[in-house]
Amino acid sequence: MTDTHTIAFLLNGQPVSAEVDARLHLADFLRHTMKLTGTHIGCEHGVCGACNVLVDGRSARSCLMLAVQADGTTIETIEGLTASGKIADLQREFVARNALQCGYCTPGVLATATELLEHPAPTRADIRDALSGNYCRCTGYHAIVDAIEAVAQKRQTP
Amino acid sequence: MKAPIFTYKRPEHLGEALDLLADNDGGTQVLAGGQSLMATLNMRLSSPAELVDINRIAALRGIEPRDTGIRLGALVRHADVLASATVAQHVPLLALALPHVAHMAVRNRGTTCGSLALADPSAEMPAVAVTLNADIVLAKKGGQRTVPARGFFQGLYQTARQDDEMITEVVFPVASTDELFGFAELSRRHGDFATVGVAVRAVKVENRLDNIEVTIFGSEATPLLSKTASSFAIAANASDKILGDMAIAIADDMEPMDNHQGRGETKRRQGATLIRRTLRDVLQRAFLEQTALS
Repeated sequence: MTDTHTIAFLLNGQPVSAEVDARLHLADFLRHTMKLTGTHIGCEHGVCGACNVLVDGRSARSCLMLAVQADGTTIETIEGLTASGKIADLQREFVARNALQCGYCTPGVLATATELLEHPAPTRADIRDALSGNYCRCTGYHAIVDAIEAVAQKRQTP
Repeated sequence: MKAPIFTYKRPEHLGEALDLLADNDGGTQVLAGGQSLMATLNMRLSSPAELVDINRIAALRGIEPRDTGIRLGALVRHADVLASATVAQHVPLLALALPHVAHMAVRNRGTTCGSLALADPSAEMPAVAVTLNADIVLAKKGGQRTVPARGFFQGLYQTARQDDEMITEVVFPVASTDELFGFAELSRRHGDFATVGVAVRAVKVENRLDNIEVTIFGSEATPLLSKTASSFAIAANASDKILGDMAIAIADDMEPMDNHQGRGETKRRQGATLIRRTLRDVLQRAFLEQTALS
């Protein structure tokens, strides 16, 4: 028999509540229940990083977290990050530098970069280390590293 | 794939969690960071009847100095350990190993104690715990016991923990000023599970390294503490030839497993290389001042 729970949390700045099956993972909840399909599922076992979202401001694999565990948290997906304008500079830089091709990994990469850019002045090595948890099969990463580095520098000199 | 059906409980207090584990016939599992458990659920490699989510139990949080060492509660995340000045100062081997543990998003949720409980042969935390012989505290309804890490890992994913027990904390001994540590691993992508890895502890005595302890992991069913390594002392001016020969002798202790990452004998060669490099690294840091003066 399925086990259901009521959850309430802040999603992209809006309070939401829902009934969820215990076994439902957060990525499926976001995509299927909330229709926020910007969060992508690649491997569904924590390797690829395409499903990364921000949970209480920290990046997390939404496929490795149960929807029921979202209860009481604050979650931001690519839709919320975009609408808030918080990473508009990062998104502009990705476009300007062709830091995406097919775009499948991009929402997860941007979630990772959002957390990384909270730290002042990450080096290229720091950026590459942070990106080691996100697979991109198109770009070879170089343009992604360039874009994040450029934003880090611009944010240092407002 | 999707996780099988299970029931989910989220106790607020440790006592409730232990009650839930008490009647456990193996069907109840603890959910802490979930960074391995959730993956195995999604792949249906595990199918617990019930998950006990311990994330709301405040008593399991925190990195604290104790008389016996530095205590990490069951909810301490890899990211917390990596950011901890207390750990960097008092348990430097943990600080050396943690950059190799997975990736930022996984470190934000995965826990030290969860990694110990899972006992993945390729994971870094069991190897660090064995090298330092950390105290692993197991609680169950009506009692608790402490198991030294060197007696905790018993086989592939097999530990001394019983089904009705959970790890509530691990206590790592505080390093003394004459102790030195090294850590290295080989993996296909940085942060992925190690093909083979090495953790080293040594004591600086006059112009040599003594009490050398080498733990090899990844290639073995459980972290392997080398018996051969403890018979060596290394002079400050040891040549590459000497370190290389020692490394080969230590790697002879290995019982490497064949798998998709390579043949066992290949891993023995890789292990010997990692051991030689790590001993050199430790030696250089131990006698930095002498090298600078000479």
